[in-house]
Amino acid sequence: MNAIPLTWYLMLAALLFVIGLFGVLTRRHAIGALLGVELMLNAVNINLLAFWRHLHGTASAQVFVLIIITVAAAEAAVGLALILNVYRVFHTVDVDEINLMKG
Amino acid sequence: MTVPVWLIPLLPLAAFAVIGLLCLRPPREKAAPYLLILALAASLGLSLFALRQIPPGSGHEGLVYRWMVVGDLQFELGVLIDPLSGLMLAVVCLVSLLIQIYSIGYMKGEVGYGRYFAYMSLFTCSMLGLVAANNLLLTYFFWELVGLCSYLLIGFWYRRPAAASAAKKAFVVTRFGDVGLLIGILLVAQRAGTFNYLQLQWEVLPAGVLGAGVTTAAALLIFSGAVGKSAQFPLHVWLPDAMEGPTPVSALIHAATMVAAGVFLVARTYFLFAAAPAALLVVAIIGALTALMAAAIAIGQDDIKRILAYSTISQLGYMMLALGVGGYVAGLFHLTTHAFFKALLFLCAGSVIHAVHTNNIAQMGGLHSRMRLTSITCLAGALALAGIFPFAGFWSKDEILAAVFHSTLPGHYVLYGVALAVVFLTAFYMFRLWFLTFAGSPRTDVAKHAHESPAVMTGPLLILGLLAVVGGALLLRFPPAAVGLSTFLAPNAAAEGGSSAVKYGLIAASLLVALAGIGVAWRGHRRQALHAESLARSLPGLYESFRRRLYIDDAYEFFVLRILLVGSRLAAWFDRHVVNGMVDGVAWLTGRMGVGLRRVQTGQAQFYVIVILFAVLAALIVMAAAGYPFGLRMVARP
Repeated sequence: MNAIPLTWYLMLAALLFVIGLFGVLTRRHAIGALLGVELMLNAVNINLLAFWRHLHGTASAQVFVLIIITVAAAEAAVGLALILNVYRVFHTVDVDEINLMKG
Repeated sequence: MTVPVWLIPLLPLAAFAVIGLLCLRPPREKAAPYLLILALAASLGLSLFALRQIPPGSGHEGLVYRWMVVGDLQFELGVLIDPLSGLMLAVVCLVSLLIQIYSIGYMKGEVGYGRYFAYMSLFTCSMLGLVAANNLLLTYFFWELVGLCSYLLIGFWYRRPAAASAAKKAFVVTRFGDVGLLIGILLVAQRAGTFNYLQLQWEVLPAGVLGAGVTTAAALLIFSGAVGKSAQFPLHVWLPDAMEGPTPVSALIHAATMVAAGVFLVARTYFLFAAAPAALLVVAIIGALTALMAAAIAIGQDDIKRILAYSTISQLGYMMLALGVGGYVAGLFHLTTHAFFKALLFLCAGSVIHAVHTNNIAQMGGLHSRMRLTSITCLAGALALAGIFPFAGFWSKDEILAAVFHSTLPGHYVLYGVALAVVFLTAFYMFRLWFLTFAGSPRTDVAKHAHESPAVMTGPLLILGLLAVVGGALLLRFPPAAVGLSTFLAPNAAAEGGSSAVKYGLIAASLLVALAGIGVAWRGHRRQALHAESLARSLPGLYESFRRRLYIDDAYEFFVLRILLVGSRLAAWFDRHVVNGMVDGVAWLTGRMGVGLRRVQTGQAQFYVIVILFAVLAALIVMAAAGYPFGLRMVARP
């Protein structure tokens, strides 16, 4: 039943997190960067599930994770809306070009 | 019935209030002098009555109002009634009264007529208060008040730049001495715990609380105030410039009363000086030096008022010399007679200036036949100042010379020689003035058409002239107190030593020297050799230095302009560039740091993420290096 050890889950989550981070850092397209953020969020979700199962032996954490995924969907919608507005203002979604806040 | 002495200073104060509130503008300002004269006449009457009641040589306090108590220190407002204050009250009231009467004529038609008498009443009030005060602090208040009035009256014609700057000079220069005076008063109060003269004299000093060092320091500090006020070397430079004020002001404030306040202060605190021989020696030396220096400078002046101003400085030095050698009575006696004849001389000068509209004696001459009363009273004043028998100055000057001769100070024969030289110089410059002004023939058209001043001006001249003639008799019999002045002021003082041969020898010496001075002046007059040019020929070099006031004013100017001003410029540069530069530097540095740090804000979210990433990694590495236990601690499942 408990065939897969905790470490594996953690390694998966770490891999996912790093891939997401890489995406966030390297993608010049805003939507690509947003996708990277989603991956990092889901890596955290996997960690939550794995630790809960490890410490409590139950799967109740699925409730929280489902809520998080729902909220993340809403957040993604907001993010896409922001990008859409950015595109309308700057006529580009290249994050290198969006540097109005440069000091 | 005891005389309410406290009322004496308050009456002129009431006059000041009424004049200041009601009589400053033209229609009512005519009443101003009469109000003041009324108040002064009442004060004079009171002070003469008070004099009769003062027992010789002892003092008591009149009305004392406790103003406030701070810790052990009491601040009092009260009057001290003793022979010294009694004498001074009467002298100040009398001279002030005569000068106010004279002012009616002299100041007629001046702009600010009411203001003039308002200031004069405030001054008289302050001077009387200064004289009557029963403690050091109260004396100091009035001391500053007379200084203020002096400032206001020197600058009476404040639209004239010379008058305005002379007023400032007087105020600033006397301030140097006053700082010392204040420190001295505070020193005494701190050590003795009281400001009160009687307590200081009879309780504190005999108990030996002060100690020799503190007594000497306090006496010298108080003397520094007197040096400023009485225009002693080296703070004498303000007095000749103070002649920019109206002449009656010069007569009252800068000859008869206020400048004598320094001598009065030393006399008032004489118990301190008597306990500090070193301080007395300083007083004597400064006095002798001032007397000689000012008498020499007086020879080189051509402005009638400046000659009299330097003469005043010289005579004040004489009084200081007398006090310094222990001639307490001699100093105060000379103060009294000097108040009469110097006020007289200034009023005569005012009368002359009124007639010829110039201060320069080179532009006068031959006024004797045109202004006979002024000329004769001025001659009486000059004889009194020169010390010719039987005029007032003869008696007091002789007392001083005798006191110097018999003193026990080291080197008192040198001081006696200096004093005798001053007698010669005094007689010479005074008769140079008189001959150039009144004798010979007029040197200008204005002098040719001069005529005598009105009776309101010559009246006071006559009274003061009479006092200059008979004032010396006060020594023998002081009318209000029915005893001689020396018995009245200091009944317990030991009679002066010396045989009658020495006594008459001293008198003969001073008389001969004075007559020699007059004789030289007379010879100079006969040969037309009294003018600046001919004097400069007969005294090459020396005369020029007298004319330039022995370069003392130049030395001050050099010091202020070259050293002080350069110093202030350096300080200003330091302030502007170093102190201010430091403040500016902080602002500049903050700005530059902002400009530098600004580059960190790239505006690119991805860059921030990288920074966060590396920061977290760095934190983890540091924590690992510090031995933080990473790795999971497995918790048993419940």
